[in-house]
Amino acid sequence: MTQREIAGVTIDVDDNGYMTDLEQWTKDIAAAFAKEVEIDALTDKHWGVIEYLQKRHKEGVALSIRKVGKSGVVDIKEFYRLFSGGPLKKSSLIAGIPKPVSCV
Amino acid sequence: MANTEEKIKKVSIICAKGALEDVYASLVLTNGARMEGIEANIFFTFFGLSAIRKNKMDKLHTSTVGNPAMEMPGGIPFPTLLGSLPGVEAGVSAMMKKEMEKLDIPPVSEFLEMITASGGKVYACKLAVDMFKVKREDLYDDLDGILTVGDFYEIAAGGQIIFT
Repeated sequence: MTQREIAGVTIDVDDNGYMTDLEQWTKDIAAAFAKEVEIDALTDKHWGVIEYLQKRHKEGVALSIRKVGKSGVVDIKEFYRLFSGGPLKKSSLIAGIPKPVSCV
Repeated sequence: MANTEEKIKKVSIICAKGALEDVYASLVLTNGARMEGIEANIFFTFFGLSAIRKNKMDKLHTSTVGNPAMEMPGGIPFPTLLGSLPGVEAGVSAMMKKEMEKLDIPPVSEFLEMITASGGKVYACKLAVDMFKVKREDLYDDLDGILTVGDFYEIAAGGQIIFT
């Protein structure tokens, strides 16, 4: 277990830098993570994806690009556009959930 | 898993075989590259062309003959003679597809759409298209082009080429 400072608070993260306790997550932390992965501003669309990921994570669902694409929140093309350069990993990091383990 | 080596920026994957597992290996590699933000091309040639032929793409089979790694449920070796019986290959292939669906792996047609939506490029080999006498309209709708080997090398420039 590692700790790090972000957005003025200390959070628990794993070896890959993903949050390990969703209770510690705030929107400020999300925005700070977004900047670190070169997403300048989180729009309503981004927040929609983040909320979806957190909801499914709490339900114990392992997420994949395919599931997000079928969520009704965004389609796959939009997902790639919003979180350019690694949509599932970037969105999971920002949403404060573990690093995705899916190969699809 | 921080890596100090230079990251892969671009891959071009050649799918030359049409068995279910060969096609999926190529599709997973291509889609997986896009998931990591890597530019990706996939090029279908020879029997791999089946994966982008509309009437074949979702009916691919895994080989039950000459496949020494085949197992029956429970890990019992699969006798080659059994694999040659009518209907066995279709049955095994259907079972594989069911297991893959459980792992959230889409059918080939949907997988291709995912790759296109992700910005990955899908190409057919001109030689294979001519050889199998396939028409453009029989191929995947969002195909990015039918290429000669020369075109392929141009498109693959600056990246890594993977042959599956």
